[in-house]
Amino acid sequence: MMGRDLTCKELVELITGYFEGTLRGRRLRRFEAHLTACDGCTRYLAQMEVTIRATGTLAEERVTDEQRGVLLAAFRDWKAR
Amino acid sequence: MDLVDQLQPVMLRVARMYVSTTAVAEEVVQDAWLGVFRGLPSFEGRSSLRTWIFRILTNIAKTRGQREGRSLPFASLAGDDLDAPAVDPSRFDSPAGSSRGQWSTLPDDWSGIPEDRLLGQETLDVIREVIASLPPMQAEVIRLRDVSGWTSEEVRNALDLTETNQRVLLHRARAKVRGALERYLSSGAT
Repeated sequence: MMGRDLTCKELVELITGYFEGTLRGRRLRRFEAHLTACDGCTRYLAQMEVTIRATGTLAEERVTDEQRGVLLAAFRDWKAR
Repeated sequence: MDLVDQLQPVMLRVARMYVSTTAVAEEVVQDAWLGVFRGLPSFEGRSSLRTWIFRILTNIAKTRGQREGRSLPFASLAGDDLDAPAVDPSRFDSPAGSSRGQWSTLPDDWSGIPEDRLLGQETLDVIREVIASLPPMQAEVIRLRDVSGWTSEEVRNALDLTETNQRVLLHRARAKVRGALERYLSSGAT
């Protein structure tokens, strides 16, 4: 049932390369073949997609007045030269 | 001020990786902006503005860190667990104790979990906590890629990473976030 050589344990280590598009050619085909035949890895991939989506809803760190002050100080320095 | 508001917190975090204190990091960022203002007239747009700004920042931060006598082996920023497995190896063991690298217990199906739990405040707190506990470079890569939506190329340039290192850092970071979510969602999920 499994893709010929690839084990589940190996597949989970290739998943970022798969998402990044750096998994190509024969390695990509083996990855996809395994995925088609394996419920566990299909669920793992879905979990990883949820993980990425959930992380994407976090708010970015907002600039503080103090941090903006650092820039304004640089700007003043620059103008003073 | 949009670009500045967006970049300033990231610049301070990145600078802080290379130098010893927040105060020094602020000086580094200030110097970097000075360099940006000075260089702007000759900025030729061969790279993105963001990439160019971060190149200036990283150069200054690294030089400053060296002057402080801070020796920073890659592992101290990236973490020493880059080779660690994404999933606990015991998940692939059969009850008999042998391992053929197949799931012994399948990962949970999360598709039935309501969206408001999946993306609820508590879940987000779990994610935030994990990211805060990551080695600095792993934390920064996942923040820039998955929170801020930068491309891998932009992250590589900003943090001065190879393609492989960027991917491995992201892989570790995401694996840990997924692991934490799995623990959280399976506890009292049903």
